[in-house]
Amino acid sequence: MAFRSDDDKKAYWRRNLNLMFTLLAIWALVSYGFGIVLRPLMDMIPVGGVGLGFWFAQQGSIYVFLAIVVIYAKKMRELDREFGVDDDE
Amino acid sequence: MDLQTLTYIVVGLTFALYFGIAIWARAGTTGEYYAAGRGVHPVANGMATAADWMSAASFISMAGLIAFQGYDASIFLMGWTGGYVLLALCLAPYLRKFGKFTVPDFIGDRYYSRTARIVAVICLIVASLTYVIGQMKGIGVAFSRFLDVDYATGLYAGMGIVFFYAVLGGMKGVTYTQIAQYCVLIFAYTVPAIFISLNLTNNPIPQLGFLSDTADGTPLLVKLDQTLVDLGFAEYTAQKGGTLNMMMYTLSLMMGTAGLPHVIIRFFTVPKVSDARSSAGWALFFIAILYTTAPAVGSMARLNLTNTIQMGEVGSVDGNLEYAARPDWFKNWENTGLLAFEDKNGDGRIQYYDDKNPEFAAKAESYGWKGNEMVKVDRDIMVLANPEIANLPNWVIALVAAGGLAAALSTAAGLLLAMSTAISHDLLKRTFMPDISEKNELMSARIAMAGAILVAGYLGLNPPGFAAQVVALAFGLAASSIFPALMMGIFSTRINNHGAVAGMLVGLVSTLVYIFAYKGWFFVAGTEMFANTPDNWFLGISPEAFGALGALLNVVTAFVVSSMTAPVPDDIRQIVEDIRVPKGAGSAQDH
Repeated sequence: MAFRSDDDKKAYWRRNLNLMFTLLAIWALVSYGFGIVLRPLMDMIPVGGVGLGFWFAQQGSIYVFLAIVVIYAKKMRELDREFGVDDDE
Repeated sequence: MDLQTLTYIVVGLTFALYFGIAIWARAGTTGEYYAAGRGVHPVANGMATAADWMSAASFISMAGLIAFQGYDASIFLMGWTGGYVLLALCLAPYLRKFGKFTVPDFIGDRYYSRTARIVAVICLIVASLTYVIGQMKGIGVAFSRFLDVDYATGLYAGMGIVFFYAVLGGMKGVTYTQIAQYCVLIFAYTVPAIFISLNLTNNPIPQLGFLSDTADGTPLLVKLDQTLVDLGFAEYTAQKGGTLNMMMYTLSLMMGTAGLPHVIIRFFTVPKVSDARSSAGWALFFIAILYTTAPAVGSMARLNLTNTIQMGEVGSVDGNLEYAARPDWFKNWENTGLLAFEDKNGDGRIQYYDDKNPEFAAKAESYGWKGNEMVKVDRDIMVLANPEIANLPNWVIALVAAGGLAAALSTAAGLLLAMSTAISHDLLKRTFMPDISEKNELMSARIAMAGAILVAGYLGLNPPGFAAQVVALAFGLAASSIFPALMMGIFSTRINNHGAVAGMLVGLVSTLVYIFAYKGWFFVAGTEMFANTPDNWFLGISPEAFGALGALLNVVTAFVVSSMTAPVPDDIRQIVEDIRVPKGAGSAQDH
């Protein structure tokens, strides 16, 4: 194991999980929230003759998913470097 | 040049390309055969994953599904893309760090159990085999409709080409042909969509076009809603199903997507853990291009189709299309049986409306209509006939044929590869013949691939009556057994061998029983225990949506059983700690 200390190892994993759960909360909010359960509320904002809820269900959630994956890859690279466990040869 | 010749040329060119790649990318070692030597660039792997994932169903059927279900079909759009978030955040980087070749490999090693490995192999083979039947059918159908050869001949041609590049090149050959296939299929999907969006809304970007105004100033979706309601159909943008069912269905599709082995093994081909993370982003990017276009294609095609038949005011005598004056594409697709007309009131005109809507029945009667005369409108027509409905040039139609074939071939190859590696690596090398040499393992992988192609071809020729139902089964199995086992293996050090096996079996059996109870035991008609209607479903959850509940039962069982049995040994804990750290993925390539 490449960590400097046991505390480092725990801190790295905790920060990874925090990032993961934050992003998964957004993942659930835009799809199950905006797209399904909160649709009536979101539809009060008109988009293309329908509403924002419909847009999230058929378009918006997919764009947010993509952003989530990109942010995770970028943030984790930074975290790996900070703790000296990145996989650059 | 006539359409037939043009289609032969376009399809022929794409096939020549796939052959060329197969010869260039031969596999010489098991490492190349199973994981393309772990040398695939993350962008290239993203593109290959997109082709691997997007099947004949995504290419041909999804837009039609959206066209006829409207808002309710959002579950497929969110479910089949949202799974990549789970894959990228929770599975791909860790499984890549683990550094083995197959999904059962991880489950067998992490749970130090031969039983767990074999249960995983069984789930993998059932899920992949049910999925591959649909691809084989797609290949046969595409050949017979566009190239005018019979279904069986088309199927043999498809089997031949997959045999050539998958047996020869393994993961390496499959990867590079999938990249070519992605380019063909995405071009074939977006070009007609751009033309149709321009026609209807003057906006060349379909993603924006379907939210724009039509020529008369009404937004496209408002116009579609109005057109449909005028004919007694349900509003396109309204929610028809239950909310809880929609959520569970979406969740099941997301978990199933993340747990399907043929997708997961693609992430074993990149050089590093950080590449696995970024590659998932690229895969989702390439998939999103098609998935965000699909709702535009669906809504526009539905509007085009309805307006072609209902040309004028609803109820006026000359508002309906005269059968004798129907356009050429209508005749072409009548010949294939995907469209069928029956003149119920004998007026020589076509009435297309919802005759099952009791509130509309009185109106229809007053117009002299005697039932919906479009007795068959296959949903696949929404993509297949789209270029013709919109009067697009012949080369676009030829392109759609090549795109459909690319989508079916790429997914079929990925599934066959997942099955053959599970047999040669997990069953032979890791279970029954541990002393097998590298050379013989490679040979047995090739034989297993050839065998899998023959079985898939046989099932494609003699599709079981339940072929349409089995996709639910594939996702249900992946969501309820494979996905939770992988998640717990990475994020918990407490789940032991007994817990994992019990959990997988409970997830698997509960999901199977729930599906069979409503759809018949092993899909045999007449053996179902309850009628498959929303009133009978447990909490209104449909059989297709049960995978997520099965996963929950799996997790609960695994924790309970693990807490009552011997704890996880230290060396296994060490494996789990180790896969959580990216460093050193390069050195863990071989075992």
